[in-house]
Amino acid sequence: MGAYVALVRKDLQIFFGDRRAVILTLAVPIAIASFFGSIFAGVPGSDEPAKIAVVVVDEDGSTISRAIVDGMQKDAALAVTAEPLTQARAAVQAGTIAVAVVIPSGFGEAAGRAFLARTTRPEVAVLFDPSRAAEVSMVRGMLTGHVMEAVGAEVFAGPQGRALVDESLKNLESASALSGSEREILRTLLQSVQQLNQTGGAAGTQGLMTVPYTVKEDAVTSGANVAYNSYAHAFAGMGVQFLLFAGIDLGMGILLERERGLWKRFRSAPVSRFTMLGARATSGTVLTLLALLVSFGFAMAVFGVRIEGSIAGFALVALACAIMAATFGLLVSALGRTAAATRRVATFAVLVMVMLGGAWVPSFIFPAWLQRVTVVIPARWAVDGLDAMTWRGLGLQAALMPTFVMLLFSAVFGALTLWKFRWEEA
Amino acid sequence: MNLARPPLVSWEAGDTVLVISELRKAYGSIVAVNGVSFSLERGQLLGLLGPNGAGKSTTVSMIAGLVTPDHGTVTIDGVRLSGDTDPVKRRIGLVPQDLALYDELPAKANLQLFGSLYGLSSKALEGSIARVLALVGLADRAHDKVKTFSGGMKRRLNLAAGLLHDPDILLLDEPTVGVDPQSRNAIFENLEQLKASGKALLYTTHYMEEAERLADRIVVMDHGRVLADDTLGGLRARRAGAADGASLESLFLELTGRSLRD
Repeated sequence: MGAYVALVRKDLQIFFGDRRAVILTLAVPIAIASFFGSIFAGVPGSDEPAKIAVVVVDEDGSTISRAIVDGMQKDAALAVTAEPLTQARAAVQAGTIAVAVVIPSGFGEAAGRAFLARTTRPEVAVLFDPSRAAEVSMVRGMLTGHVMEAVGAEVFAGPQGRALVDESLKNLESASALSGSEREILRTLLQSVQQLNQTGGAAGTQGLMTVPYTVKEDAVTSGANVAYNSYAHAFAGMGVQFLLFAGIDLGMGILLERERGLWKRFRSAPVSRFTMLGARATSGTVLTLLALLVSFGFAMAVFGVRIEGSIAGFALVALACAIMAATFGLLVSALGRTAAATRRVATFAVLVMVMLGGAWVPSFIFPAWLQRVTVVIPARWAVDGLDAMTWRGLGLQAALMPTFVMLLFSAVFGALTLWKFRWEEA
Repeated sequence: MNLARPPLVSWEAGDTVLVISELRKAYGSIVAVNGVSFSLERGQLLGLLGPNGAGKSTTVSMIAGLVTPDHGTVTIDGVRLSGDTDPVKRRIGLVPQDLALYDELPAKANLQLFGSLYGLSSKALEGSIARVLALVGLADRAHDKVKTFSGGMKRRLNLAAGLLHDPDILLLDEPTVGVDPQSRNAIFENLEQLKASGKALLYTTHYMEEAERLADRIVVMDHGRVLADDTLGGLRARRAGAADGASLESLFLELTGRSLRD
């Protein structure tokens, strides 16, 4: 027991004896998590979803095109500005906006005609930034709704619609492709529209052919009136990333001790392998846990992050994260040969782990197969567990599975370490 | 198994404390040590010499328990060394060639750590630390960080760390590499004192003059085997026509050849 305690104490003495290392270990994750949190923060204190910036180029100026622009400007999910085509294209190319919608000249008339008859459909040009394809898909969907609404309103209640119906009725008589009964049905339909239109857009006809629903958005967080705090996820993600980096440092420490001959001293003493590695795992767990708690403490004090779920669950997940990071460090020391070469490989492995674990970007943007694969990434369980206990506000039950899985990873890392560790000191 | 250390005052020259027998160790197809046997007595300093790659370090590592032999035994006062936690390891002190110290910690903290590995109580450890620091002349630097020490001071502290638990056998792997003549002389004086107190010392070195000055017996190894095991006088006597003043270096080169090993 004396050797175990002495080895743990030594690691803590060395860590706390280096003030610069302490500050860097604690400050760097905080700085980077703060940055990531601010990126996803949106409007402080608001649940309103972030808007997609869109430029509209209206080269038509028709009733329909103006109605489309008006509808888009009223859309809560869009921030619409009107620009000439040249500026719109330049803005997309520069990446300042993701999407520009160009309504070409003659669009309104062609769209109304295409609505009532089989004819050439006009094009709406969508200029987009290829690096932001997700936003393009969203804008395309919303644009469809606004176009249908504008065209429908004009056809059923506007002067352009009246002219188009008259024209369609005239053309109907000369349409040789239709049978007598089909022509009769279409005539009745168009006459009904004409009749409706002649009422002059009476109350009740406005708004025909609109999207048949509205959306009520409700951010599901830990409770009613509890806003999503993007810093909670950022500190979880970056916290896990830097825990794993601290694990690498632990592994590097062991490799450097070996290079400095210190392991010869340890191995020549009557001390078991479990004591030597267990002490490193313990000190590593203590230090990484401390770093995580300091990081979250800062997030709570400065950014208002709260443990909305179970405090005991948070403690369990945090402890399991720290144990997992420490045993990962042991594994690094077991698989590595020299400190310099091992650091590069281990850093790459951690970056892949945290990227796939959803620490940088949400994992839902990954392909489905990749999302399934990430269940074998310990960082994902760590981030999910911390998210569950903070902003998702879930109970202790939700902490158990991530904790169990991380401890399972720890056991695997520990077993691999015992198997692969180079014990002989020639 | 009686592991109680005999009081040092009771030792007698000729008491064999360490016996290594038919040690063998191979790494893949390379046989590093092949059937090495020798013994060491209390109050004796045995110089273990050999060119690079001769198998000296592997032999020392097997005696210290750092490497498990493929074959052969290491016995200390008749007790065979086996396993990581074998209490008989307390009878051995290792002074590695590397400066196996934490630069970031004070000298005393280093010694507290290394002493704790041998299960010394706080009180006993305090006494040991004071004793070994006084022996190597670093008592006044106990609270200074090792990174502020000169190379010679680090070497002396490296020696002190191997003596903390008062071992009967001290394994010294090139303990004077890179030190100035003053520090080297101080280390020699320490070793003479230890020898006089009944410690058995196994000393590997490339410096022939060190072996000539310190060693009571010399074992020369090459290619994993023992080529000679004798006193300096005995080695000279083996060489036909050698004068009494023939240097150890010339005897060594005669035994191991002049071809470069690195």
